Amino acid sequence: MVDKGWLTVSGIGRRSIESLLRLGFAARFLGLTLVQSLTCLRRPRLVVREVYFSGVLSLVIILVSGLFVGMVLGLQGYQTLRTYGSESALGVLVALSLLRELGPVITALLFASRAGSAVTAEIGLMKATEQLRAMEMMAVDPIARVVAPRFWAGVISTPLLTAMFTAMGIYGGYLVGVVLLGVDEGSFWSQMQNSVDFREDVVNGLIKSLVFGVAISWIAVFEGYDAPPTAEGVSGATTRTVVTSALTILFLDYILTSLMFRGL
Amino acid sequence: MERSSLDVWVGIFVVGGMVALLILALKVGNAGDLLRAGPTYTLTASFENIGGLKPKAPVRSAGVVVGRVGSIDYDPETFNAVVKLHIEQRYNRFPRDTFASIYTSGLLGEQYIGLAPGGDEKLLADGDRISKTQKAVVLEDLIGQFLTSRAGEPAGK
Repeated sequence: MVDKGWLTVSGIGRRSIESLLRLGFAARFLGLTLVQSLTCLRRPRLVVREVYFSGVLSLVIILVSGLFVGMVLGLQGYQTLRTYGSESALGVLVALSLLRELGPVITALLFASRAGSAVTAEIGLMKATEQLRAMEMMAVDPIARVVAPRFWAGVISTPLLTAMFTAMGIYGGYLVGVVLLGVDEGSFWSQMQNSVDFREDVVNGLIKSLVFGVAISWIAVFEGYDAPPTAEGVSGATTRTVVTSALTILFLDYILTSLMFRGL
Repeated sequence: MERSSLDVWVGIFVVGGMVALLILALKVGNAGDLLRAGPTYTLTASFENIGGLKPKAPVRSAGVVVGRVGSIDYDPETFNAVVKLHIEQRYNRFPRDTFASIYTSGLLGEQYIGLAPGGDEKLLADGDRISKTQKAVVLEDLIGQFLTSRAGEPAGK
């Protein structure tokens, strides 16, 4: 479908109305998913299976990325802090940047591209091959049976993956800073513990990752459910999941940061 | 509905996440202090200048952390900073003439309150005010004093 006059007034209007329609449908879809989530409580195996595919299979990429992000932070932080003779603050730098920003954001970006796109493709293909309609014919609600478990699996997995990413990153910073570059081990940990606040830093980071998890899962299941039932449609939906998730995560991150860390 | 290796992996995943969270809370953060913190009692002290002292800064005596700074307020009557100190209950034997000063750990490190016990028989109790205090050393004042004292000396020295 090549529409020629996309710059004309009517074209712009049509596009705006279309995006509004999609947004409204997405909101209604989220509501419907939440209502149908009772099935997940009755049949937790459905969620467990999806946590395996979304969460457990993302472990390797999350842990390896976490390690390397932490190592790079350690290296770069050391070079800069050495100029001021305060290498011992390296632990603080690594821990705070990972806990507050890099942990939640990079985990969410990786999770959206690794698991979110897969969920979209799976649901889109189910729709294209009319499996969803077949379920409806058998009086099985596809939202309860297919969409809700994948949604909740994403919401559960993201904070857990973020915690593992951050812990791995701090270990990476420790490896480079203390083992490789010879920062004093005692001051590395003690300055970190003095500056990192459990409520302000650890819990706020987890809240961030939970919000990102909801956003990614919502976008992923909605794009899959809304995909045009063709091969082209599914591929477009998968791309849109990754792009929309990335933009949403970064936008939400700014909003959340300005709300959480205002007084610090 | 039978159990499968899938359940095991999800179990390992959830446990791994919890362990990571526990590491972040106890090894990286200060949740360990919150758990360990016993009952405290409160002392107040007013300082002429607190420098860069922040809430939750340590209160040390002989170098040992005996409590934390609670809140910091400004008293518009005396123009002094009023600092509340939360001292652990097991260290409740500070004499009435204990001296509270603000120190800096290292050259530019964080600031803390040091308590130097005096020789009074009577002890400080919950809610008491420490009357002997010394304000923080402000680097700019120090440089200013140094320059004024140098100005009086003959040139070329």
